[in-house]
Amino acid sequence: MNLEDLTKSTGEWLRGVGPMTDVVVSSRIRLARNLAEHPFLTTADAEQRTEIYRCLADAMTSTSGGEADLLVDLETADSVDRNLLVERHLISRQHATGEGSRGVSISPDETRAAMINEEDHLRLQGLRSGLQLEALWRDINATDDALSKRLSFAFDRQLGYLTACPTNVGTGIRVSVMLHLPALRLTKEIERVARAAKDLRLAVRGMYGEGTEAVGDLYQVSNQTTLGKPEDAIIQTFSETIIPNIAGYERAARENLAKHHESQLDDRIWRAYGVLCNARRISSGETQSLLSPIRMGIQMGRFKEFDLSTLHELFLYTQPAHLQKMRGRTLDEEHRAVARADCIRKRLA
Amino acid sequence: MVCQHCNQNKATVHITDTLPEKREQHLCEDCAEKAGVIIKQTPHTTNEILQQFIKHKAGLGVGDDLVCPKCGLTFKEFQLKGQLGCPHDYVAFAALLTPLIQRAHEGGTHHVGKVPPSADVTVKKHTGLLRLRRELQEAIEQENYERAARVRDEIRTMES
Repeated sequence: MNLEDLTKSTGEWLRGVGPMTDVVVSSRIRLARNLAEHPFLTTADAEQRTEIYRCLADAMTSTSGGEADLLVDLETADSVDRNLLVERHLISRQHATGEGSRGVSISPDETRAAMINEEDHLRLQGLRSGLQLEALWRDINATDDALSKRLSFAFDRQLGYLTACPTNVGTGIRVSVMLHLPALRLTKEIERVARAAKDLRLAVRGMYGEGTEAVGDLYQVSNQTTLGKPEDAIIQTFSETIIPNIAGYERAARENLAKHHESQLDDRIWRAYGVLCNARRISSGETQSLLSPIRMGIQMGRFKEFDLSTLHELFLYTQPAHLQKMRGRTLDEEHRAVARADCIRKRLA
Repeated sequence: MVCQHCNQNKATVHITDTLPEKREQHLCEDCAEKAGVIIKQTPHTTNEILQQFIKHKAGLGVGDDLVCPKCGLTFKEFQLKGQLGCPHDYVAFAALLTPLIQRAHEGGTHHVGKVPPSADVTVKKHTGLLRLRRELQEAIEQENYERAARVRDEIRTMES
């Protein structure tokens, strides 16, 4: 398996299956772990960093069951490949732009990606389409158990798993759910949801995590507290309370739009389709913004020109790195805008 | 609509003064900031917020001379970077870190989650008991006395 193989499909997070896919795009759980006998990356020298990388890359290779993981050395990978992995949600932006010995081990179905030498030595993450946190936790916990048999992770009787930043100490778990909330944004109720989430000590961020905007009405909701609560309790709160509540608000807002603002709603959907079918140059941000009302239209049964899997293809393959990878060459912004519009028109013709 | 001040950028800030007489202004973000009407927000990462929090709470200068004997990181360096140097820092800086950790985790001070499979039996028992006590507390708060009795029995078995 290589990076080219990955681009043959839209990957796990855009598979469009699983519970609550009308609102929930994908679920992610990540565990932060550090090797007990090594310093954290802030003070590790180049040699120690390389040793940590080798040790964890070997452990990931030997614990991956079935078909072997794809190990990508990010220190030597070019920027298009690194950005391709960011667009597929397999690594963070921070990891793509980092320095020194680092990499990622990816399972063939892209449901698991282990970032090595990001902020912590290991960021083990599981990814699933729709709301599937319990299944995700079972998988990721089993991988963590398998790794624990080979490696000794920094753990303290009182503080739990020790991490580079004290905000992750304890379980080291970050549960993160990606939601599509176009109706809440249109009705301006999103601010209320964000405030309520903040009161519950949850972070609400854009699609690519920390410091990013909510392009295409995609929001990531994640926990901030990692100490003093067990993993299953954190996960249960997400799958039984937080996410069903937010999804309920979004559905109510969609129903309200359909009932009281039907023509505006349809106009927004069909105008977006019109622009996508006819644009001669278009940015990645505009593409994602236009796909948002269409996604809502598909989910509400108001738009049937194409289905969710086509929408996901358009969503992913029009992003800068994917576009360049498919064209087989690097393109500047202007050429990308033209190539993107061309690619969309051909797909929708 | 173009900014009335610079006549270049799109006006995104709209102000209506009602006193002394009704007057409307349409400015771009930059001009509005220069006029002192708004303060532009920049997105902060968790680390930036944490660093500010650390500086504010611990007070700059406090613990500057603390050094971890294992990795050589000073507490001051931690304040600047927001990241620790090695697992032993949690011991070396314990006095200053404990209140920060407590604040960052809604008062949480003890781990009640997963224990590495290879951990010592006493560690597993210790964490298990903390977890059950937390569950008992929760059951009492929810007035779920059936669950509370069950958890209490589990605690007794574990303690014996």
